[in-house]
Amino acid sequence: MRYAVNDAVVITKRQLLQLARVPEVLVFSTIQPVMFVLLFRYVFGGSISTGQPGGYVQLLMPGIFVQTVAFTLASTAIGLAEDMKKGLIDRFRSLPISRGAVIFGRTFGDALLNILVLTVMATAGYLVGWRPTSGILHTSLAFLFLFMFGYALSWIGILVGLSVKEARTVQSVGFLVTFPLTFLSNAFAPTTGMPKILQYFAEWNPVSTMVAACRQLFGLKNQFGATANSWPSQHPLQTSLLYMVILMVVFIPLSIRKYKNYSN
Amino acid sequence: MKSVIAENLVKTYRNGEVTALNGLSLDVEEGTVLGVLGPNGSGKTTTVRILATLLKPDSGSATVSGIDVIKNPEKVRELIGLSGQYETLTGWDNLVMFGRLYHLGRQSSIDRANELLERFDLTEAARRPIKTYSGGMRRRLDLAASLIVKPKILFLDEPTTGLDPRGRQDMWGVIQELVKGGVTLLLTTQYLEEADQLADEIAVIDRGTVIARGTSDALKKQVGGERLEITVENADVAATQEIVAKISGHATHTDLRTISAPVLNGSKDLMDALRAMDEAKIHPLDIGLKRPSLDDVFLSLTGHIAEETVQETVKKKRGGKK
Repeated sequence: MRYAVNDAVVITKRQLLQLARVPEVLVFSTIQPVMFVLLFRYVFGGSISTGQPGGYVQLLMPGIFVQTVAFTLASTAIGLAEDMKKGLIDRFRSLPISRGAVIFGRTFGDALLNILVLTVMATAGYLVGWRPTSGILHTSLAFLFLFMFGYALSWIGILVGLSVKEARTVQSVGFLVTFPLTFLSNAFAPTTGMPKILQYFAEWNPVSTMVAACRQLFGLKNQFGATANSWPSQHPLQTSLLYMVILMVVFIPLSIRKYKNYSN
Repeated sequence: MKSVIAENLVKTYRNGEVTALNGLSLDVEEGTVLGVLGPNGSGKTTTVRILATLLKPDSGSATVSGIDVIKNPEKVRELIGLSGQYETLTGWDNLVMFGRLYHLGRQSSIDRANELLERFDLTEAARRPIKTYSGGMRRRLDLAASLIVKPKILFLDEPTTGLDPRGRQDMWGVIQELVKGGVTLLLTTQYLEEADQLADEIAVIDRGTVIARGTSDALKKQVGGERLEITVENADVAATQEIVAKISGHATHTDLRTISAPVLNGSKDLMDALRAMDEAKIHPLDIGLKRPSLDDVFLSLTGHIAEETVQETVKKKRGGKK
């Protein structure tokens, strides 16, 4: 047990070192969300009337933040699949290290990467006019939520990576899961304008509840669907927290089990 | 004492469609080198993966230093070294990381990394990313990483596949050094020459079972004894044929200017031949005793040739070999 933490930390460190040696990864994992910020802010932002003081960007940024951390699912899965392909995971498995260390280490590494990416995103948002108005405490709490959400999703990524194994397939699967989840939500447009069935899905979608939670924590009144009467729309903080707990309770043991017998 | 014992290992993939191991048994005496020789797909890698606790067999059992690899994989992992991995980090990063994962402590990990880099002639490349290394350098680094805690038992899965002849020679030198240090080594290879060079004993495997085992010499004897072989100028062929026929007592075989025939007394027959040639004033261009090569052994045991081209092998590796 004493070693379990050491082992996970060594694996995390390796991942960060790798990032330092191949900085392109970091550049590309931030370029896309920054691009989204600029696109939505300047292309759609002008024609979406929100009645929101400060404009569309106030509503947009929480959506972008959640979308960004949601991609952790894909990046964790891809990273793991690549390591498996290189034979590195086999090599780790032949070492006398604790069972969970390799996958815990990877989720820690991806979580640390998320802190970095969120910092870049927040800066980009600030530059285009995003201003949280709720004070430092609530704003920090929002970022803590985002961080935890990314961490919980990265456990789905572990299971996907271990199950699919082929990095390119993993990439497709990752996007296949994250794109509908992020767009069938209140992230970029109000759910109230969607057909009934999509609206229902969008309101229960964890991305929506996360976005709504962040908006609330950043001090926004208009919620892009907070007018809906469903329970998750009315209680975004509680629902999001519940989702995160469920994700971790389900996917951490599943992933560890899968890791233990993945090649059998 | 046996360091490694595998008994009746069976392993199938894809719900029994593909049989990788079909009742494979082998053992390795402590402090010796067993060469597991076989073509691609014969079950070499699967065997190593089972012994290194990475894979559970469908049936059969295996022990390493007397410890059951299926029931007690954690204990086995403390004793073994396994090669086979590539990284985007630098060579130094990689070795320090493995040191830390073997719980060596920070300073000892660094010291051990430096020591191994020095020993494997990688000090200059230590701070470069591994992806810039040549194939030979990667293999040496890989080997270094498997030696961090001085394992008692080392598994090397095709340590020279894909290397050029020089890289292969270097790698053999390194492995021979290692073996002198008393490590027990199980080495898989598809190169007959490699098994001949490095292994005390060879297990020839084909389609998931051991089809022959013994020392390189014993395997060669199984195929046939020695032949006396002399190459001479064209003018001397007829006279040489007579000499060889007399010593051998068997029919000679002539291939251009090379005359050969089976002999029973090895070096004594060779000396007789030299003396007779000298008396007849014939200068041999080449003269010697030829024993069957391991190629001959494999061919006669399996009815097909062992080696595949290097390119094919590389392709298979990239495709994620099971």
